[in-house]
Amino acid sequence: MAIPISYNIRNLRLRKGATVMTAMGIALTVTIAIFIMALLAGLHAAFATSGDPRNVLVLRKGSNSELAAGGVERDAMQTLRDLPGIAKDAQGENLVSGEDILVIVLPRKDGTGETNVTIRFMLPVGLEMRPKVKIIAGRWFNPGQREVVVSKSIHERFSQANIGDTMFFGKGSWTVVGIFDSGGSAHESEIWADINQLSSDLDRTQYSSVLMQATDLETATALKNRVSDDQRLKLNGMLETDYYASQQSTGGAIRIVGWVVAVIMGIGSCFAAMNTMYAAVAYRSREIATLRVIGFSRPSILTSFVFESLVLSLLGAVVGIVLMLPFNGMTTGTSNPVTFSEAVFSIRMTPYVIGVALMFALIMGLVGGLAPAWHAARRNILTALRD
Amino acid sequence: MTLARFVQKNAFRNKRRTSLTVLSIAFSLLLLTLMMTIWHAFYMSEDSAQSAQRLITRNKVSLVFFLPGYYREKIRSIPGVTHVVNESWFGGQYKDQKPENMFMQFATDPQEFFDVYKELSIPPDQLEAWQKDRAGCVVDSDLAKKHDWKIGDRVYIKGLIFPLNLDLTIRGIFTAPRPTESIYFNSAYLDEGYAPVKGRAGFFAMLADSPQDVPRVAKAVDEEFHNVERPTKTESEHAFQLGWIAMMGNVKAFILSICLAVVFAILLVSANTMAMSIRERTREVAVLKTLGFTQGRVLGLFVSEAVIVALAGGVIGTLVAAGLIRLASRAPGLEIFLAGMRVTGPTMAVALLVAATVGVVSAFIPAYHASRCNIVEGLRHIG
Repeated sequence: MAIPISYNIRNLRLRKGATVMTAMGIALTVTIAIFIMALLAGLHAAFATSGDPRNVLVLRKGSNSELAAGGVERDAMQTLRDLPGIAKDAQGENLVSGEDILVIVLPRKDGTGETNVTIRFMLPVGLEMRPKVKIIAGRWFNPGQREVVVSKSIHERFSQANIGDTMFFGKGSWTVVGIFDSGGSAHESEIWADINQLSSDLDRTQYSSVLMQATDLETATALKNRVSDDQRLKLNGMLETDYYASQQSTGGAIRIVGWVVAVIMGIGSCFAAMNTMYAAVAYRSREIATLRVIGFSRPSILTSFVFESLVLSLLGAVVGIVLMLPFNGMTTGTSNPVTFSEAVFSIRMTPYVIGVALMFALIMGLVGGLAPAWHAARRNILTALRD
Repeated sequence: MTLARFVQKNAFRNKRRTSLTVLSIAFSLLLLTLMMTIWHAFYMSEDSAQSAQRLITRNKVSLVFFLPGYYREKIRSIPGVTHVVNESWFGGQYKDQKPENMFMQFATDPQEFFDVYKELSIPPDQLEAWQKDRAGCVVDSDLAKKHDWKIGDRVYIKGLIFPLNLDLTIRGIFTAPRPTESIYFNSAYLDEGYAPVKGRAGFFAMLADSPQDVPRVAKAVDEEFHNVERPTKTESEHAFQLGWIAMMGNVKAFILSICLAVVFAILLVSANTMAMSIRERTREVAVLKTLGFTQGRVLGLFVSEAVIVALAGGVIGTLVAAGLIRLASRAPGLEIFLAGMRVTGPTMAVALLVAATVGVVSAFIPAYHASRCNIVEGLRHIG
């Protein structure tokens, strides 16, 4: 027969001090684990939701980043534009955008210095190829004007990024005319502007990359292969979604440090939980013997104590989750090794993150509770009664 | 029995509880020591005399834009600059993407490079051989050991940023006070292989005549290139490196919050243990008081007991941390990140101080209650 759950709950309440302190210790560990996982989940979301599966990104052969030197010459661009399978917009223009990327330094709003920010230059048709990105204030840049639009995150995180502000790069100043929302994708870390204006500024005759939109998914793969296989072009085509997925190495340092921290703290918490449970067992030594005398079996005592430890850790997990809730949705940034600039993302407490945190806490409770519970169940009734 | 012995006996009388507490505190302090070591390496490492004298000039807009090569002679003419050399980050790939094959490659001028980086030492004959070979390179002695490179070996680097692959011959092996994870090759190679950067440089490194002169030189350089098409930003080498760390995000806040959480966690663990152990001994406290121990002395006994336990955890934690850092700084992939990191004496001292403080604070409240308890009631207490 199983020992009623209320027995454990009442015991936890009776030893309030120890319960609260142990649960708080577990809560701290869970908080840190959630914090790190939520950071990684946000980063993952930024890169996983970026790109359209129909879009094909073309780079110079051997290069793995839009930032690399050398790219697509204007005449190669002409060849690409006429490839079969490319979608057209409402005006009948082929959806092919020559693009370039620059990295400039902007001062952070919070006064913690300055950091690198990516500016993406595109042909106006490039806007149509990214329908998920919406303008939320002001307007898009006009072709041929020295105008830029900034993402919502850039607007929030950097000074000099309000509508009407000016930025300096190339051969002079550019005016901010709009703010866009990219829905949490990698474009959230970017500033957009017209490429023709840039080409004349920097005397560039080539694009660093070309983005093409295929009519459907199968055509996209065919288009990608066609570009890569063409010996004359010396270019490499890849799906835009694959390109962003490859940038998930961003945050590698956070991942390593994060897991080291979480595991070490987790082990420390296991010992703390074990300590509390051993004390609980020692404290109730006679009580346990009485239960045995009444007829509760060893397995039911074992389960009962393990259960108590699990409740304790669950309590800690819930407190930890609640402690982290205010941070949910906060935006932060880290360096992207591929674009050499800041990748902006938000902290996301997804159901997966919460699930893993709960599991993490339960494992701590199980490891911490098993040995003391085993000890409780194995004790000799007579010695225990005499204690 | 002396008082110290009495405290020691008490601290370890419940062996299981004490060892669990010690272990729990040890793990937390292990983490605290690791975090403090990272903090120390990032923000407090004292520079070598040469590094404190060195400045870096880069394009004001961003490091990814090159600067015209003639800036070098202009910088040289600024009073206080003793040597200046051009450098460009190549960003290529050796063998494959595996972390153990990652290191940095820089194009530079062999004639002046070692004059600016005086703390790197290379035998004169090797330096001369490098200066004579446009396709030669010099490598860090740690890297050479790791990849089993010898003088005369060929190193192939695939260009990721530049459309150019390097085929370099090792002409020299330099030793550095701290691992640099870098190889340096002749910038003439890059100039010839990729025309658009010919005669240009990613950044300039210069040596000022004294560390006190660094701020003035930085200002003078930026003023020199104030009204030109490509303005510069000049800062001390240390500030330049901190800029890279800042790009990883708000590292300071990240480390601080982890440290705070850890300290708070040990406080909880220690307080919990002390509360349990003191409650058990209510009767003993009454006996001690009957024997004439004052309230203050009883308090002292318990507090020192907690300090002993916390310190035991602290010693284990810091020692393990020191060992782990030593191991990890050799592990492939972590080298670049942890190069030259060591747990220093002061860091250990701070960690132990934190442990001792936590011991005092955690024992104080339960011990205070116990020391104030009424003797008669204490004696009647049923554990």
